Amino acid sequence: MVPTSYYLVLSAVLFGLGVVAFIFKRNILTVFMSIELMLNGVNLAFVTFSRSLGQLQGQVFVFFVIVVAAAEAAVGMAIIILIHRNRGTLDVENVDTLKD
Amino acid sequence: MITPQIAVFLVLAAVVVAGALNLILQRHPIHSALSLIVVMVALAGLYLLQGAEFVAAVQIIVYAGAIMVLFIFVIMVLNAGAEECANVSRWARFVGVPLGVVFLVEVAYWIGRSTSGLAPGPSETVSTRDLSTLLFRDYVFPFELTSFLILIALLGAIVLARREESN
Repeated sequence: MVPTSYYLVLSAVLFGLGVVAFIFKRNILTVFMSIELMLNGVNLAFVTFSRSLGQLQGQVFVFFVIVVAAAEAAVGMAIIILIHRNRGTLDVENVDTLKD
Repeated sequence: MITPQIAVFLVLAAVVVAGALNLILQRHPIHSALSLIVVMVALAGLYLLQGAEFVAAVQIIVYAGAIMVLFIFVIMVLNAGAEECANVSRWARFVGVPLGVVFLVEVAYWIGRSTSGLAPGPSETVSTRDLSTLLFRDYVFPFELTSFLILIALLGAIVLARREESN
């Protein structure tokens, strides 16, 4: 049997890499992908605790997280298309109207 | 002591971490999207290893299928090119990156140490019947709310992305 702590360490590493990608990447599409990476790290922790504690609620919450991720991706893609149409760029450095 | 399960776990975990690192290092968004698909498929393998069969299937179908197809579709529609080099300052490169790595390793170490006493849990797979009973009996109200969420997200996406036909 694989110890529970192995999965949780992997989940933490995955979430951390998602944060790093969120900060370092400059393409707005890749920033969205790093959010999905963080959500996947959280899902792994949910499934791991669900098995370790012998309760199914963790897996039900994984479904809700996936649904929210799908909704977020749909709205996010629409916003990205809108930004590309209005600004002609996908670089987050060039979308800084609120900074001025 | 390496049992076959731990060996499978180590291989899948290496694939997950390598895919996530590749997502950060690649410059072109389509390469990042493909490495994200690799991460998701390997995570589905990890769910199978934990006996969560239905979650693994949903992970493949919804995440690696639907959501990533949406990403790749938008990348191709917008004809997104490679991002230019980020002008990271010297401080960020020589102080920030090692500090970040040290922080990540420390967080992983303490999480691993503080949860090492948790039981691995039962080894049998979770039956989809139990899962659906729980979802459609105890969690039926949140489930219906998520359907509203999806509907509103759909409407929002259509309203946002449509062209103005005023003039």
